[in-house]
Amino acid sequence: MIWESPFAERGQQSRFSLADAYSVRYVVRMIEARDLQKAFRTKAGPVEAVRGVDLRVQEGELVAFLGPNGAGKTTTLRMLTTLLRPTSGSARVAGYDITDEAARVRQRIGFIGQGNSAGYYHRIRDELVIQGRAYGLTWRRARHRADELLEVMELTALADRTAGTLSGGQRRRLDVALGLVHSPPLLFLDEPSTGLDPQTRARLWEQLLELRERQGTTIFLTTHYLEEADTRAERVIIVDHGRVIADDTPSALKRGLAGDLVRLRVKGSTTAAAAVVEALPGVRDLETSGDWITARLPDGSTAVPPLLERIRAHDAEVVEVEVLPPTLDDVFLALTGRSLREEGTTQTEEEMTR
Amino acid sequence: MSAAIRDAVTVFVRQSLPTLRSPSALVFGMLQPLVFLVFFGPLLGGLTDLPVESSWQWFVPSVLMMLTLFATAATGYDLLTEMQTGSLERILVTPMSRSSILAGRTLHDVATLWVQAILIVAATLPFGFQLRPAGALAGLLLLGVLGLAAGALSHALAIACRDNPDMFYGVQQTLLFPLLFLSGLMLPLDVGPDWMRVAGNLNPLTYVVEAIRAHFNGTFDVKVAGPGWLAALAMAVVGLLLATRAMRRAAD
Repeated sequence: MIWESPFAERGQQSRFSLADAYSVRYVVRMIEARDLQKAFRTKAGPVEAVRGVDLRVQEGELVAFLGPNGAGKTTTLRMLTTLLRPTSGSARVAGYDITDEAARVRQRIGFIGQGNSAGYYHRIRDELVIQGRAYGLTWRRARHRADELLEVMELTALADRTAGTLSGGQRRRLDVALGLVHSPPLLFLDEPSTGLDPQTRARLWEQLLELRERQGTTIFLTTHYLEEADTRAERVIIVDHGRVIADDTPSALKRGLAGDLVRLRVKGSTTAAAAVVEALPGVRDLETSGDWITARLPDGSTAVPPLLERIRAHDAEVVEVEVLPPTLDDVFLALTGRSLREEGTTQTEEEMTR
Repeated sequence: MSAAIRDAVTVFVRQSLPTLRSPSALVFGMLQPLVFLVFFGPLLGGLTDLPVESSWQWFVPSVLMMLTLFATAATGYDLLTEMQTGSLERILVTPMSRSSILAGRTLHDVATLWVQAILIVAATLPFGFQLRPAGALAGLLLLGVLGLAAGALSHALAIACRDNPDMFYGVQQTLLFPLLFLSGLMLPLDVGPDWMRVAGNLNPLTYVVEAIRAHFNGTFDVKVAGPGWLAALAMAVVGLLLATRAMRRAAD
């Protein structure tokens, strides 16, 4: 395991006092990737799927890896889980090197991929028991653990059914159960909720958060559902074209990069009113169209009330106000000039017809 | 028990579970050889120059070998399916070693093959097939080595075709059928033209067929069976090397 002092990062080692020594909180670094790159050879020439990803994830974090199709999310995940060898760069996952100590990494991580983890003709309880064996449990422990997970994931009634006969939601719960057999301290999920109906998705999240509560599991997941990353993750890492382009809490990302969208309908001189808005600190994307003024403001809801009075002092009056909180899509738009939402929808459609 | 053996056993059990849970699948795998046995075997009765006392003694070993080679078609395809659905990925992300995974899978193929072979032999006994127990045992062993070779090669082929699964059966059938006909498995090559006999002599399966036939008829003559064993063992070594290499890259 990598242990590091929380002070080290802030460059305060020189002022390290005795008092600090007694109050040191060690944080385990679960993922540390340096300049991770992956190029695939194809007939059309090399494709650089990941072009230098740096990551640091501490124990207990819940991180969403967000990005459009082909951004390199899955490829990065497959490198971190030792399924793919990086073309260059290195990473330590759960304390071990992904290339030189792959088996040790695998022992400590859980991976729930995009596909169906259970064999089509295998009974689901059998697959869970085998999974336990694969991680070194005795047959007895493996059977016990299988029953435990069937219970937690509400699959007990289906224990003797073959995986091929399950519904999409049931199969996804089984996938999660299979990834949890060895109670990994670090769990990777690749698009865990794709193709699930909202209810099943919510239930899955309940179970993941419960697990985190109970065992302090670090969770690293990819998603293209903006709302999911926004509401569930504590930290969002946005990737585009194989590079990390933003990394922060969802609210900080939205505040810093997007701001609220404020729309004002003005009676009187729109030009004068627009000038007042333009004078505000941090205002962006100011536009006027007819009697509507649109702009992005860092703290829209508190910025608007004083603004109304100031506009009134300039021969105009605001008769209608809209304040729209930003979404992660606005963040992505601000970063790249493209919308994530459009690509997100196409992917869902593709998956439905697949 | 070392970790490698333990992992191989785990994979072996995993592969066996669906068959153990519903043994009827075992019979489906035997259908093709049984069809040959029932509808092709009797035709051989009309041939007078088979080098054994009855056509069963000549053809039952052929059918067992056919079973071995056809069963491997399914094993590679199973692997391909598991690669596409994601269950192989799940196995690959566990700490089990790649070679143990391969060993468990191919040994399961061999075990299945043995059970099916015994069932076929038992089914032909009432029709006049003469069982030579010691020879049959040696024959089963050799079938096992051949099954290991073919199963491993089938795995390697499946992994090579992972981006284009249709190619798997294309390549497999294109290779398998000519090799079968050129091994003297269906009909003695002596009845064919010279070029077939020459090609047959270059085909390693020819020697395996002869060895298996010899064993099932109670012969242990090294001159007859030796080349077959050598050919089968060589194919097994090559197959396992290729498959292990492929397995390491299966997720790439």
